[in-house]
Amino acid sequence: MIDIHGLQKKFGEHVVLKDIRMHVAKGAVVTLLGPSGSGKSTLLRCVNLLTIPDRGRIRVGAHEMTYSGDATRLPGDRALARFRANTGMVFQHFNLFPHMTVLQNVMEGPVTVLRTSKRVAQEQALELLDKVGLSDKAQQYPAQLSGGQKQRVAIARALAMKPQVMLFDEVTSALDPELVGEVLGVIRNLAAEGMTMILVTHEMSFAREVADEVIFMRDGIVVESGSPDEVIGHPQQALTQQFFARYHAGQNAT
Amino acid sequence: MYDWNFPYLWQYRHLFANGLMVTVGYSLLCIVLGLAVGLVAGIGGLAKTRLIHLPLKWYVELFRATPVLVLIIWFYYALPVLIGVAMTAAVAAVLALSLYGGAFYAEIIRGGIVSIDPGQTDAARALGMTRFQVMRRVVLPQALRRMTPPLMNQSIMQLKNTSLLSVLALPDLVYQGQAVAHETYRPLEAYTLVAVMYIAILLPASKLVRRLESQRAD
Repeated sequence: MIDIHGLQKKFGEHVVLKDIRMHVAKGAVVTLLGPSGSGKSTLLRCVNLLTIPDRGRIRVGAHEMTYSGDATRLPGDRALARFRANTGMVFQHFNLFPHMTVLQNVMEGPVTVLRTSKRVAQEQALELLDKVGLSDKAQQYPAQLSGGQKQRVAIARALAMKPQVMLFDEVTSALDPELVGEVLGVIRNLAAEGMTMILVTHEMSFAREVADEVIFMRDGIVVESGSPDEVIGHPQQALTQQFFARYHAGQNAT
Repeated sequence: MYDWNFPYLWQYRHLFANGLMVTVGYSLLCIVLGLAVGLVAGIGGLAKTRLIHLPLKWYVELFRATPVLVLIIWFYYALPVLIGVAMTAAVAAVLALSLYGGAFYAEIIRGGIVSIDPGQTDAARALGMTRFQVMRRVVLPQALRRMTPPLMNQSIMQLKNTSLLSVLALPDLVYQGQAVAHETYRPLEAYTLVAVMYIAILLPASKLVRRLESQRAD
């Protein structure tokens, strides 16, 4: 479903992604772990071109883009938009549209981008809100919702585009601890339905439970990858071991 | 003690009414043209190409740094000599005021757009919207709500600035007030009435802005 080859990204002189290679099979759930600043979020943003890579090849479904430094001829705005419509993205800070109701938020993509009729879009939006357990909030505005509810609306909004892939960028990091569960529940259901997903997360136990593959990044490179048991349970490299040791220590402390 | 005699001005009511119409007319014209200029300069100022945003930035800086009275006089006397095109006082005045107001409007519009959280743009682009759709559906609707009070404030300034048109002998409210003052030797009454007439228009207008601002704060 997703193929990434030789992906590189620099911000100024700072190299964020060095040479990323990654393959995600259809229906697979991949989680990206690693210390902050390791490039996880940038990698995720490169997959749907919110950040344009410098070099490398990215394929999502049938769409492929190649980048080769300054020689790259950037595709037009429309081509980029079409590529992005293919992937759903959920953000750490929800980014719901505050001037629209919950229902309008979920309808916005299909109506504006896919030109779906309002009637059909509304039907689908209500189904999706039902799926994330928020059909009773359809007429409210985002400001009236809790963080967990906002994030579930954001997931419904992304799903409304019927994406082939869902990307989750630390979607529970801004939530109060007691609200994390409801969001993870929705993601768990999506995984069970066979949605292809990449998650950046700090929820180690959740990563273990839901992921088919775990990728551990540090300083812009993939240092370890494999099954959750291999990477989280038995990391090979000293630095990775340290990271998880510190994480487990933090867990015990709280 | 000065012996105020306002009823004396009643015979000049047509002059005052006329002046008021001219003031309101020029104000509306300069507000609409200024907003158009401001919209172009404000959005253009956000362009990534230096060729577009640098000249616009300089335009804004230059016009904001020049007193509006100097601009009006310069546009009437100096500009025609410079470009070799004769201009009526009305054209020069409208041009100067619109460009002056436009520089301020541009800053308000640019500021309103950049004040919107970049996460909003991210989310809209992630849905597959084109740049234009992101502006129209997500950024502008939110930015406009924020911009409305400052834009209205600037429009009030724009109306007040039309009082300077009298220096080019355009028959606005101030000009007519001067005429009445000279003719009647009652400048205190004439200018007081002029001031009261400005206040009568602008007080409700600024009340409205205040109300919009407090609504926004909610």
